[in-house]
Amino acid sequence: MNFFHKYSSPKHFYPLAGRLIPWFGAITAVLMMVGLYWGLVIAPPDYQQGDSYRIMFVHVPSAWMSLFVYVVMAVGAAISFIWNIKLADVLAASSAPLGASFTLIALVTGSLWGKPMWGTWWVWDARLTSELILFFLYVGYMALRASIDDPRRAGQSSAILAMVGIVNIPIIHFSVDWWHTLHQPASVMKLGAPTIYITMLIPLIIMAIAFQMFYFTVLLVRMRNEILEREKHTGWVADIVDGRG
Amino acid sequence: MRLWLAVREVFARDIVVTLRRSTEVLTPLVFFVIVVSLFPLGIGPEAPLLRTMGPGILWVAALLASMLSLNRLFAADYADGSLEQIALAPQPLSLLALSKVAAHWTLTGLPLSLLAPLLALQLDLSGRAITMLVISLLLGTPVLSLIGAIGAALTLGIRGGGVLVSLLVLPLYTPVLIFGAQTVSGVATGASPAADFALLGAFLAFAISLAPWAIAAALRVSLD
Repeated sequence: MNFFHKYSSPKHFYPLAGRLIPWFGAITAVLMMVGLYWGLVIAPPDYQQGDSYRIMFVHVPSAWMSLFVYVVMAVGAAISFIWNIKLADVLAASSAPLGASFTLIALVTGSLWGKPMWGTWWVWDARLTSELILFFLYVGYMALRASIDDPRRAGQSSAILAMVGIVNIPIIHFSVDWWHTLHQPASVMKLGAPTIYITMLIPLIIMAIAFQMFYFTVLLVRMRNEILEREKHTGWVADIVDGRG
Repeated sequence: MRLWLAVREVFARDIVVTLRRSTEVLTPLVFFVIVVSLFPLGIGPEAPLLRTMGPGILWVAALLASMLSLNRLFAADYADGSLEQIALAPQPLSLLALSKVAAHWTLTGLPLSLLAPLLALQLDLSGRAITMLVISLLLGTPVLSLIGAIGAALTLGIRGGGVLVSLLVLPLYTPVLIFGAQTVSGVATGASPAADFALLGAFLAFAISLAPWAIAAALRVSLD
């Protein structure tokens, strides 16, 4: 418990994050290079989709991350709301733009892949639609945070919104799912072979871990910035600025 | 007993106060009528087209109209300080907030649902489809008011609050829109609306039991 008590204080978290960033960054770089080379060069082309399926090595991990980050953000928001831990609010605040970016990447790559596959940039496919709504949820969260000046209220208000959102995400997801199955013929959903070959699965998993590590790296950088911004009136930040820290 | 009395008083007071400013009640309704009337101008007056798009148009317009009226839910009470008095009352704020939402729905969702058949006739919907529309609106608009109240409470006293509310609550409205419009459009294909009504009812039960907590928490943060 002592560990958590110490490092949940921004003052102690800041240098710890600084020491962790190079490690996470290095792991990200290595995994990203291995995964991309494996996925783009070594993995065999798909028998139906040719080479265009390779966008999945970016698309699928970012779609996974878009949900993962929302969960992290909502858990951080709940912790900050219930126990009033500043660092958890910093975590939630720094996660939101990253999650929104992952969602946007998933949407853009999905639509780039859809053009050669489905012949159109956008279909109202269940997964695309729920991803789009997830993006709107992120935007709403960030907009609410940005329009409240008082940081304490911004943290608490946006925490409530994040918790309401996480309760609603499964409902929205299944609603869109059922709406889709009732409205659209199944023909658009030809996603190639239903099972995935092991030669494609391994680079996909490597890329997923790489994205995860990338998120942690950038998250730590953003959290450090956020902490400096919030604690700028404290002595220890002044020490760092003056080069004594 | 005092709890029930407080809940009833808040409801009655909100109804009276809102009725005194009757334009606030009428504006969302007029908005509803105008938006629905704009669609035929935009997409063309062919009856088959209107019949297919009608359910979606009516539901989206009703959703926007009820969203536009969210502002009056807490804003006036916040400005004159009575919201703080309500928050200080010994009765649970979640119940009093629920009572305010009920009053809001009575003067927004209910008249919208009753007005909808008239507009549905303009869009050439069948009698059965109109029945479905009214029932689905009666089940769905309370959910919209409950979710919307969370957004309204979160954005109290924030600059640009009106537009912000739409950003916060519209994504959360999607499930209600999907199943609400589906009950009506299903009539054309002969699909049974039972499942859609069951889901709308489930949303309502879920929203009624959970949303008041979120509204109360949001109000406390905003009043801080």
